[in-house]
Amino acid sequence: MNALETHNLNKSFGSLVVADDISLSLPKGARHALIGPNGAGKTTLINLMTGALTPDSGTVHLGDVDITGLESNERVKKGLGRTFQINTLFPKLTPLESTTMAICERMGVAGRWLSPLANQSDAIDEAFELLKQIGLADDCTKITTDLAYGQQRLLEIALALATKPQVLLLDEPAAGIPKSESAALFEAIAALPEEISVLFIEHDMNLVFTFASRITVLVQGKVLVEGTPDEIAHDPLVREVYLGGADHG
Amino acid sequence: MQQQITDPQKWMRQKTRISPIEIAFWLSVLAVPYIFFPNYLALANQIAATAIFCISLDLIIGYAGIISLGHAAFFGLGAYAAGILSQKGWGEPITGALFGAIFAGFGGWIVSFMIVRVQHLALLMITLGLGFLLVELANTLDWLTGGSDGLVGIDTWNLFGVFKFTFWGHTAYGYTLGATFLVFLLARRLVNSPFGLALETIRENPQRTTALGVPNRARLQKVFTISAAIAGLAGAILTQTTETVSLDSLGFQHSADIAVMLILGGTGRLYGAILGTIIFMVARDQLSGMNPQYWYFWIGLLLMIVVLFMPRGILGGLEKLMEKVRGL
Amino acid sequence: MSQILAVLFDGFAYGMLLFLLSVGLSVTLGLMNFINLAHGAFAMIGGYVTYSLVAFAGWPFLATLPFAFLVTAIIAAGFEVLLFRRIYQSGELNQVLFTIGFVFSASAIAAYMFGTVHHSVPMPSFLTGYVELGTIKLPSYRIFLAAIALVVTVFVVGGLEYTRFGAMVRAAVDNQKVARGLGLNVGKIFALTFAIGSGLAGLGGALSIEILSLDPSFGFHILVLVLIVVAVGGLGSIWGSFVAAACLGIFDVMGKYLFPELGSFLIYLFMVVLLFYKPLGLFGKR
Repeated sequence: MNALETHNLNKSFGSLVVADDISLSLPKGARHALIGPNGAGKTTLINLMTGALTPDSGTVHLGDVDITGLESNERVKKGLGRTFQINTLFPKLTPLESTTMAICERMGVAGRWLSPLANQSDAIDEAFELLKQIGLADDCTKITTDLAYGQQRLLEIALALATKPQVLLLDEPAAGIPKSESAALFEAIAALPEEISVLFIEHDMNLVFTFASRITVLVQGKVLVEGTPDEIAHDPLVREVYLGGADHG
Repeated sequence: MQQQITDPQKWMRQKTRISPIEIAFWLSVLAVPYIFFPNYLALANQIAATAIFCISLDLIIGYAGIISLGHAAFFGLGAYAAGILSQKGWGEPITGALFGAIFAGFGGWIVSFMIVRVQHLALLMITLGLGFLLVELANTLDWLTGGSDGLVGIDTWNLFGVFKFTFWGHTAYGYTLGATFLVFLLARRLVNSPFGLALETIRENPQRTTALGVPNRARLQKVFTISAAIAGLAGAILTQTTETVSLDSLGFQHSADIAVMLILGGTGRLYGAILGTIIFMVARDQLSGMNPQYWYFWIGLLLMIVVLFMPRGILGGLEKLMEKVRGL
Repeated sequence: MSQILAVLFDGFAYGMLLFLLSVGLSVTLGLMNFINLAHGAFAMIGGYVTYSLVAFAGWPFLATLPFAFLVTAIIAAGFEVLLFRRIYQSGELNQVLFTIGFVFSASAIAAYMFGTVHHSVPMPSFLTGYVELGTIKLPSYRIFLAAIALVVTVFVVGGLEYTRFGAMVRAAVDNQKVARGLGLNVGKIFALTFAIGSGLAGLGGALSIEILSLDPSFGFHILVLVLIVVAVGGLGSIWGSFVAAACLGIFDVMGKYLFPELGSFLIYLFMVVLLFYKPLGLFGKR
């Protein structure tokens, strides 16, 4: 059984087709890269998976559950987490608060309005542990806007992890980080527990070929080809359309 | 200024500690009017009731980020509910106030289904429109509400069966201030709860909370309902202690005034709502010797200055000043 | 029947007045997302310009109208540069309260200068009578109102469609980022649009004296009507405002004629329901 599957997803805005019959499957524990030129519909595909966009037709399955009809927040509860390409955080709150909130929500206690937050010791400790793991513990009581950009990218991932996803969709996790740091970030992603399946969008081909076990190439809303890094690197179509004939792998 | 922590729970807890200044504040609002301004107890009573109303608005604007231009509708619902209950023969104050709160809360719950589905101009216009709608409705149902003459024949029984609500307002102020304090404690508990934190995250970034599994609409509906009930409580209590209600209590002017008080004091800090209410109402009382038109000149000017130069309100400005003084 | 037609026309003419008062706000709100509750204050200024010219300088009513437009536009441009442009980046609540503060102060100043009483101005004789069309008697002033509104509509629509400046405004309303990318000075475009829009409100204010009467709370009184027109019509849409204003005028007058006891209840109800189902208004794009 695959962790995540899409079946024949279609979406268009007026005459612009952004997803054209996309079927994709993510086995359990996958490290799957989604690549393609700008405007190929990569983020759109993630949005269709998470429910931020509704497909015109087609279905999304998480495990053996059809989640196409679920709201975004309900999909998160079923184990589908994501990060955003542009930092999408809580500017005035601290990482500790942000992460604690996410964990409280997962634990189902975020609706409690008569008991103090400070009493949620499990959630707070877990948040602190998570931030330690990802390397944010020292700055976890700073306001988010005061964090360095790279730290904010890490917080993006910490927040997604706080939901304890089975499937994690990362939209250009290293966007805007200097090359020297992005490898470290991907090391952290690679070190995620085996049972989490990861789909990530990334433009840096070196990172893609280092960390992905499978690669899907998306062009103009269509799956051009899918395969192992080796297959993709030697696929003539991919070379022509996307890699521009350059040597890789 | 690295502030490393080893005990995150302690850090969370210390954010909510009660400071000596707070205790001093509550003791002084209890003592000062009784001892030094016994002739101003009626005003103090009004201020205390309005502070409850302002706290209710802070919950939705300051914490949850829902802007409402018609919150007086719920104040008015509670006011009329308690007033009519009393007029029809049940004048026990505490149950009457709770009745007003529950009635307004129910109204808020119904309205909340609309509120959480719209944003920006549409949200402003719907809250504004609902306020006007209610004024028109109350005016039309004059057999029940007294229409533009206001509701007459309200009679509030003794508090706890003992303390009479007299002309001097000793009982009234004690009753209202007690309610203000309880509402403050409740609101404080709410904003320091997991739910309160969830509201702040929704205000900061609703897109992200959705991606973290938060059911935004349900959370916002809940706080809107609670806020409406508190606004209703404020209305009910003011009605009981003054034994009058008029259509003005529902109107846009009232909604605008309360928003002005909140922004003056500073949003998202509860004490801002209280401080803003005190400053606004004391100033209005002192300047009421002037033509009210001129009073609005100064309020308008003050409002523009606060928005331009103290976007976090007077309390926020004071906090900043304190930080600077400490930093020297 | 003829009675109904007369009421319909009454409503239409009233709607045209509302259109004049609100069209500027629709464009500026669409352009900058700036929630400007002070728009009504500029209409009030126009009203007092006309009143002053008639009462103190003895000008005839019609001659004052261009000045109601011009003076208001100039004052609005001044305030845009001095005050309003500082809060375009602020949150909605701050914009709302800042502009409410502006209305408070403006109406207090008006009260100080002109007193709190209602003012009116004498109309030229050809605007005070009725025009009879068969069995229908139409008030001349309302015909005049509708005519002016239609002329203004032609100018505004024509200006937006066929002038270079209009093209810039449309580009900026559609997509500010792209407009900036194309090198348009959005700030300048906005200042000018703000001035013209406020000037039109000033003209509307001058024309309202005969129908709504002028006092310092004028800015507040029309605010709600103006906001309804803009919200229902859809931001930045001239035709939306036109249709919404016409409907609002007709509904209001008809409603008060047919169900006097319900007052404005129906209008608010209509607006709330419509905005709930179409938050962008009838013709709103975003």
